[in-house]
Amino acid sequence: MAAADDLKFQEFDDAANLLAANPDATTISIDEPSAVPKNKHSHLQQSGREEDDELLGTDDSDKTELLAGQKKSAPFWTFEYYQTFFDVDTYQVLDRIKGSVFPVPGKNFVRLYIRSNPDLYGPFWICATLVFAIVVSGNLSNFFIHLGKPTYHYVPEFRKVSIAATTIYAYAWLVPLALWGFLMWRNSKVMNIVSYSFLEIVCVYGYSLFIYIPTAILWIIPQKVVRWVLVMFSLCLSGSVLVMTFWPAVRDDNRRIALATVGTIVLLHALLAVGCLAYFFDAPELDFPTPNIPAHNGTTVITKIQ
Amino acid sequence: MAAAEGSGVGGAAKPLFAGLSDVSISEDIPVEGEITVPVGSQSPDEDYSTLDEPVRDTIMRDLKAVGKKFVHVMYPKKSSALLRDWDLWGPLVLCVSLALMLQDGSADSKDDGGPQFAEVFVIIWFGAVVITLNSKLLGGTISFFQSLCVLGYCVLPLTVAMLVCRLVLLAGSGTVSFIVRLIVVIAMFGWSTLASTAFLADSQPPNRKALVVYPIFLFYFVISWMILTFTPQ
Repeated sequence: MAAADDLKFQEFDDAANLLAANPDATTISIDEPSAVPKNKHSHLQQSGREEDDELLGTDDSDKTELLAGQKKSAPFWTFEYYQTFFDVDTYQVLDRIKGSVFPVPGKNFVRLYIRSNPDLYGPFWICATLVFAIVVSGNLSNFFIHLGKPTYHYVPEFRKVSIAATTIYAYAWLVPLALWGFLMWRNSKVMNIVSYSFLEIVCVYGYSLFIYIPTAILWIIPQKVVRWVLVMFSLCLSGSVLVMTFWPAVRDDNRRIALATVGTIVLLHALLAVGCLAYFFDAPELDFPTPNIPAHNGTTVITKIQ
Repeated sequence: MAAAEGSGVGGAAKPLFAGLSDVSISEDIPVEGEITVPVGSQSPDEDYSTLDEPVRDTIMRDLKAVGKKFVHVMYPKKSSALLRDWDLWGPLVLCVSLALMLQDGSADSKDDGGPQFAEVFVIIWFGAVVITLNSKLLGGTISFFQSLCVLGYCVLPLTVAMLVCRLVLLAGSGTVSFIVRLIVVIAMFGWSTLASTAFLADSQPPNRKALVVYPIFLFYFVISWMILTFTPQ
C-alpha cells in the first residue's frame, strides 16, 4: 500500500540521520558510574580513612542509591506505597536481627544489612514482642518473689501493658525522629559524608531493641546481680551497634557535638533498660530472719530489709 | 520528514486510510456464534424472597452457618467454607463471651487487676486488624474480612479454655487447679494457632510464611496469658 510508508516509525531513522549529518555533535552515554573517581577523591582528602570504605560500602553504594530512588514511586495514598516498607523475606529479617545482636566491629549495620531497603516489619513487631515480654516477665517475676507470703494475692497487673506499650513505641519512634531532625540540621551546617533517611534510623532502633527481649525474659531470675549483669551485657551489644551506625554520621562535625550526640544515644538506650527494670520488676527482697526483739512495752518487732 | 510527507501526499492525492473501507472478511473464514439476550425468565418474584420467610428461618440459617464454621475450626481441614462465606457474627459472639468471662477478676484497686471488658474487646479486634494488615502488606492474597473472620473464629478453642478454667476455679484455686488450667490453656493455644495457620498460610508468599505466622502466635499468646492469669476475687 502506498500509505504504508507513512505509517513507518520515523524515530530511529532520525537519530541515525542526525548523527550521520553532524558527527561532531556531543552525545551523552549513560552507563554505570564507576567508583574509581570517588575513591581517589577521598584518598586525596583524608589519608587515614580506610574504614570509610568498609563502613560506606562504596562498592555498591552508588547502585543502591540509584535503586533507592527508583523503588518507592507509588503515591503515598495507595496501598502499594506502604507495601514497599514490608518488602522483606524471612531470611532477611533473621539476618537483620542477627546483625543487631552480634555487632561486627567496623561494619555499619545500615550499609551491611539494610542496604536501602528499610522495613517496618521488624521495628513494629519487635516492639510489640518486647512490650508483652516485659509485662509477662515482670508479672511472673513478681509472682515468684512474693510467692510465700501469706498476705500476697496475685494480680495480673494488666494496666502495665498500656504503659509499657506507650513507653516502648515512643522510644522506638520519637527518638529516631528527634535524631533524624538533629542530623538533618547538622547536615545543613557541616557537609557529612554519611546521612540516613528517617526510615533507616527507625529500622536501626527497632532492630537494636531485639536484645532486650531475651534480657527481659532472663530478668525473671530474682537476683539483683544477675539482672544488672544482663543490663550491662545487652546495653554493650546493642549500644555498640547504635554507636557504630551513627558515629560515621557525626564524625565530621564539631568534636564535642559528635561526642554529645553519641553519648545521648547510648544514655537514652540505657535509660530505657534501667527504667523498665525498675518499674516492671520489683526488687528481690532480702529477708534477714532476725530474732524477735522484745521492746520495752512488750510488743515484738520484726524487721525486714528491702 | 515534513518534506517526505508532503511529497507523499502530493503524489497520491488521496487520504491516508482510503483503502480500508474496501476490506471485508472473506467467506472462507466462518463467523458463527449466538447473540441472544437471555429472556428474563427469573423475575424477582419467582425467586424465593427471603423477605417473606418466617423470622425463625432467617435466624436458624445464620446460626447454622456460624455453627458449621465452629465445626470447621474444631476440626481444621483444608476446606474453603470458612474463607468463602465469611461472616463476623461468630467472632463477635466469641469476643463478647470471652470478655464477659474475664470480668470479676479485678483486684481491690482497678489499676492492678485483670483486663476490663473494653480492653479485651480492643485487644482482640485491634489485634486481628493489625495482623490482617500485616499479612496484606507482606503480599498476602486473602481479603481483609476473610482474614478477620478466620482469626475471630479461631478464638473458639480459647473461649472453651476460659470456660473450663472458670469451672476448675469453682472447684478450688490451689496448685493442682493451676496445673490443670495451664495444660488446658496450652493445649487450646496450640489448637488455635494451628487452626488459623492452616487456613491462612496458603494465601501467603512462600518465603514469608514465618513472618505472617509469628504475629498470629503472639496474638493468641496474649489472649492465653489473659485467660491463664485470671484470678477471681
